[in-house]
This record gives sequence, structure tokens and C-alpha cells, in this order.
Amino acid sequence: MPEVNVFQDYLPVMIVMGITAMFAFGAVVAGVILKPKNKYPEKLGPWECGIEPEGEADAGKFTVQFYIIAVLFVIFDVETLFLFPWAVVLDKIGMFAFIEMVLFIAILLVGFFYAWAKGALEWVK
Amino acid sequence: MIEFVLGNALIMILIKSFIAVGIVFSLPLPFTWIERKIAGHIQVRPGPMRVGFHGVLQPFADGLKLFLKEDIIPDGADKFLFRVAPYLTLIPYIAIFVAIPVAGNAYLSDMNVGVLYVLAIGGLSIYGIILGGWASNSKYALLGGLRAAAQMISYEVAMGFAVIGVIMMAQSLNMREIVEAQGGGILSWNIMPHKQLIGFYIFLVAGFAESNRIPFDIPEGEGELGGGFHTEYSGMRFSLFAMAEYAAMFSICAIGTVLYLGGWHAPHPALDVIPGFIWFIIKVVCFVYIFMWVRFSWPRYRYDQLMALGWKFLIPLGVANVLVTGLFIMLW
Repeated sequence: MPEVNVFQDYLPVMIVMGITAMFAFGAVVAGVILKPKNKYPEKLGPWECGIEPEGEADAGKFTVQFYIIAVLFVIFDVETLFLFPWAVVLDKIGMFAFIEMVLFIAILLVGFFYAWAKGALEWVK
Repeated sequence: MIEFVLGNALIMILIKSFIAVGIVFSLPLPFTWIERKIAGHIQVRPGPMRVGFHGVLQPFADGLKLFLKEDIIPDGADKFLFRVAPYLTLIPYIAIFVAIPVAGNAYLSDMNVGVLYVLAIGGLSIYGIILGGWASNSKYALLGGLRAAAQMISYEVAMGFAVIGVIMMAQSLNMREIVEAQGGGILSWNIMPHKQLIGFYIFLVAGFAESNRIPFDIPEGEGELGGGFHTEYSGMRFSLFAMAEYAAMFSICAIGTVLYLGGWHAPHPALDVIPGFIWFIIKVVCFVYIFMWVRFSWPRYRYDQLMALGWKFLIPLGVANVLVTGLFIMLW
């Protein structure tokens, strides 16, 4: 096993995130200093193509399909996560691992086609 | 570890990070101009012509305009989340570049789980988009944010399956080792039909959807949502979102170059006299050109068509690709 230096590998991530945040924040602050200030109620209301805003943008008044997609995503993303280590060592552990993964994917595909047949993937009912 | 902190390594990392972030931040300047020129010439018109020679100064004029625009936070908005969202979108996309090897010895981090890191950190930007849409307290923004989130998570699954094929070929999650596995001419690149052409196809389509570009830019569809999740944003905060979109496109192109186009390798070993990073840049620019070409050639998809394409076609195709690739590795 090669030695993994977590510090050396992931410190650049922190630094790049920090520099990006700095640049972005600097740009926003410069914009705030340079910008004109001229606010009135019409400008501060939600934009609805110039028509008087009607009702609230309630978080909750959207189709349930978004929730279903989120639930399906959790299942399939976890499945792909299981595939990653398997894909790296497949050559070394051979046919046994391959057949095992075929079974694993087959079980998940049963669920996938069940969701499909039940109409969980349909947006137009 | 302490010596490492005190040593020159830290200073080198700082300098390299500054250069990398600076490059990614300034890339939108030339590329907005190039994109508008390509748009113009594809549609048989000249594109921007007035500001400077053939409009080359147009991006600077646009940037200055964005600096001077009033910065509006709507009354009904969640002020804190509204301010934070642009950063949450931009930072992950730029952090992706940490793991991208530009040449054999030019990278910020040689992490051993590079592919996983890239997918994971790219997924984080969804938070910024959905929070920006939700915090705006506007119907268009809310719908745009929700659409973006559902679309991006759906295509992330397809992209994950596509990438697994590449990992199986290289037997590694390290981006540098994946490129090294593709050395020795164009025939050993993963895009070739006897390698991972189907995986590349899935990756490309998912890449369009992940970066919210036409033909999958439904979260921002001007015709129906008036701008989508950034409807209520203006001035610099809006330009952070726009910059994030460009950074997303560049990161997808860079990842695709590493995974499928042989990274810094020349198409033929005889062309290795040209340094690797030049090949890398050429490939990324060609990739970006494909993104722009598609943008001005295809109409926008309908949302249910988009989700059907992702779930009913790309995901089964990705699963099949993983199984077939595995079978070939077993029988070889």
C-alpha cells in the first residue's frame, strides 16, 4: 500500500477554496461599494414579468415528483458508491467478485424496473 | 508534518493555488467573447463588433457593467442564505480543479481518490443552486432551483456509472494514473470504440445536464422561468452564478479530457516533443468548443423528456456499460 499523506493531498483543497472565497467576496464588496442605491417597493418585490405578484412562493407547492426523484437518487448513488472500490480491484479478485456484482446490480435493477413500472419516472400523468 | 508546514512546500502550494484560481477566474473573460462570436457565426451574423477590434473588449465592458449594477436583495428573501448561495455554487466548481493533472508533474494534489473527490465536490454545488432558488422567495427562482437539483442529481447517477468504466480500465481512482494508463497514442485513449466510447457518450450528455447548459438548461429557461434560480440576483452576486456556470463547463471538459481523451498525452508518440500541458489545453478547448457548438445547434428539451432521457436511457445504458466492461476484463 502506498503511503497516503492526507495533509499534503487535501491542504490544497482548503487553500483553493479559501482563495476562491476571498476573490468572490472581494468582487461582491467592490460591487457593493460601486453600486448605486435606489430602492423602492416594486424593485424589492419578487419578479413576475412585471405583473403584480400573486400569492407566496411557498416551498411546498411543487410536484411530488421532485421528492420521488430524490429518493431514487439516494438508492442509486449509494449503489454507484459500492461500485467504485469493486471497479478498482476487480482484476485482482477475479470472477467471483464479478458474479457477485452482477447479482447485486440485478437486485437493484429489479427495484429500478419496479419503480419504472409503477410510474415513478413519469412526469406527465 | 510540521516540517511540511514550515517548509517551502506550503509556499509552493499557495503560489500554485493562486495561479490556478486566477486562471479559472479570468477564463470567462475570453470565453464569453469566443462564445458570442461562435454563436454569431453559426447563426450567420457577426456577433459583438463595436467594443474594440471585432468586439474583443466586450467582456470587459460587460464585467464593468455588472460591477456597477445595483445589488438587490428582495424584501421577502432569506437574507443570509441569499448572500451565501453564490459562494456555495462557485467554490465547489473551482475546487474540482485541485485534482486535475494538467501534465505529468503539474497538479495541485495527487490524491489517490481523485475521481471520487471530483464527483463528490461537484455534487456540492447543487446546494448553492437550490438554496439560491429557495431563498429568493420568488416562484420562478424556486422552480428553477428545484428543477436544477432534480436534474443534477439524476445525471450524477448516470455520470457515476459512466466513470466506473474508466476506473475499471485503469484499475485506479487516481487521476494521474488514469491518464498514464492511456499513454501511447490515440488508440489507447478511453474514447476509442474498443475502450469506453459508450461511457464517453454518457459522460458527455450527463456533462451538459450537470453544467446546466443547452440543450438541458431548463433550470434557467428564459422563455418559461425568466432566468430560473438566479431570477432575483443582480450585480456581482449574479456574476458569481454566471462564473460558476463557466467553471462548471470547464471542469466537465477538464475531467472529460483526463478520463477519456488521454489527458496530457499526444495523439501519436512522435508528437511528444510538444509539452503535455499544451496538449491538455488543446483538448480542453476543443471540448469547450463542442459545448458551445451544441448550445447554438440544439433546441431546449422539455423537462419530462430530459428526466426520461436520464433515468430511462442513460442509467440502464450505464449499468450495461459497467457489466460489459467487467465481462471483457474478466475474459481478457
